[in-house]
Amino acid sequence: MGVAVIGASMTKFGQRDAWIRELLSQAGEECLDDADVTPKEVEHLYVSNMASGEFEGQTGVMNMLAHDLGVLPAYAERVDQTSSSGGAGIYEAWQSVASGASDMTLLVGGEKMTHKTTGEATDIIASITHPEEYKHGVTLPSFAGLTARHYLERFDAPRESLARVAVKNHKNGVDNPKAQFQKEITMEKALDSPIIADPLRLYDFCPITDGSAAMMFTTEERAKEITDEYAVVSGVAGATDTQVVHERDDPTVMGGVVESSKQAYEMAGLGPDDLDVAELHDMFTILEFLQLEGIGVADQGTAWEMAMDGATEKDGELPINTSGGLKSKGHPLGASGVAQGVEIYEQLVGEAGPRQVEADTALACNVGGFGNCVITTIMEAAE
Amino acid sequence: MTLEAGECPNGHVSYPTHPRCPECGEPQEETHDLSGQTAEVVTWTKSTATPPGVRQPNTLAIVEFDVDGEAVRALGQVTTEDVETGDEVEPVHVEELRDPEVGLKSENPESQEWGGYRWDPV
Ligand SMILES: [Zn+2]
Repeated sequence: MGVAVIGASMTKFGQRDAWIRELLSQAGEECLDDADVTPKEVEHLYVSNMASGEFEGQTGVMNMLAHDLGVLPAYAERVDQTSSSGGAGIYEAWQSVASGASDMTLLVGGEKMTHKTTGEATDIIASITHPEEYKHGVTLPSFAGLTARHYLERFDAPRESLARVAVKNHKNGVDNPKAQFQKEITMEKALDSPIIADPLRLYDFCPITDGSAAMMFTTEERAKEITDEYAVVSGVAGATDTQVVHERDDPTVMGGVVESSKQAYEMAGLGPDDLDVAELHDMFTILEFLQLEGIGVADQGTAWEMAMDGATEKDGELPINTSGGLKSKGHPLGASGVAQGVEIYEQLVGEAGPRQVEADTALACNVGGFGNCVITTIMEAAE
Repeated sequence: MTLEAGECPNGHVSYPTHPRCPECGEPQEETHDLSGQTAEVVTWTKSTATPPGVRQPNTLAIVEFDVDGEAVRALGQVTTEDVETGDEVEPVHVEELRDPEVGLKSENPESQEWGGYRWDPV
């Protein structure tokens, strides 16, 4: 059964006074309005969230939101897949409609993080690592530093290529009113910022963010009755890779990206050459390269050339992260994958405003951990 | 406290050990002690933004051991900030790699071991 997306929303990302409850219901209400669906029509509700218990002492967020939105007695479930919780929510929502279990499924992702210190938030995220890694004080940013050094040394890539990813995504974020930073940065600023995990500096990392995003899924048949403006989920798949990062055969290959994108392409009957726009999980600048290579857009060790050539700019061959990416839009863990879906939906239905590019086929790649689990989604504009 | 790699009946070796081999799913029944061996630095980083209870800065490296001709990697803290890719290192034991009484796991410090090996360039 064809599964369509008929509405989307996101709250302003950034440092918010609102707690998880308010963030989720804000995006949920706006999505109901955008899709022109009443709460009582919703049959399944999925809430993507990594760690509201650890961040805020708030558990059971799916039931909380079901009640707050008045979608009772809809089936409600929380989806936790660390940083890829949002992508996993897209997969769950797709499954719920494709299986026939639900005709109207609302997905809301959110996280409230900024009230913690950077160290505390980093520790919560680092708790996904194996005890043999955790006890050494390894963090996700340090995995990025280890991988970036290996990539630059092995493929003879200039340090500037990483800074270009940051500069591009900040530039794109200027046109996104929901982004945490709507501010351009210069190459000098990126290259001179403080070292966080050598050779990576402050501007190679996404910020800590509060925010929420939502999408409405239904059958293609029903979508046609409701609106002309919808997109179709034509491919979606997830895959895992080793929890222990150093156990991977090749530190520069993200197996979960390779496998999930391969399956998503197969399902959609498409390949990397068919993409018009993509949202990649640039939690760290180096991840944009690893994903461009993982989804087959670039050969191994060459994605940095795309950054240097401008091929991934908004007016380039394949615009990447038109939303500003996690880098400038922000990264509220459970919301990020949903927000990627929101961006490609808006691009496909022509609602991306000043960020609009010409696109009929779009891909979103949502990475959990340091590539430990990955969801790739392909969406196409309605014919 | 050892630095132990696991091996399955099909000869796949991993560090750390797992109940089942990550490559083939067979139980890992054999172990190799890596603590008396040297290794080569594959990559390293110096992390300046460290979580509570972790030294700052925290220099970390992924190193590669040779176990009967098979490359086995491990991650760990480095004893010095003065390290380069390709350096030869030897494991040195440390009682506590980070403070178990601080951070997210401090409510249950006994949930894991905190001692282990740092890499010391030779
Ligand atoms: Zn095996």
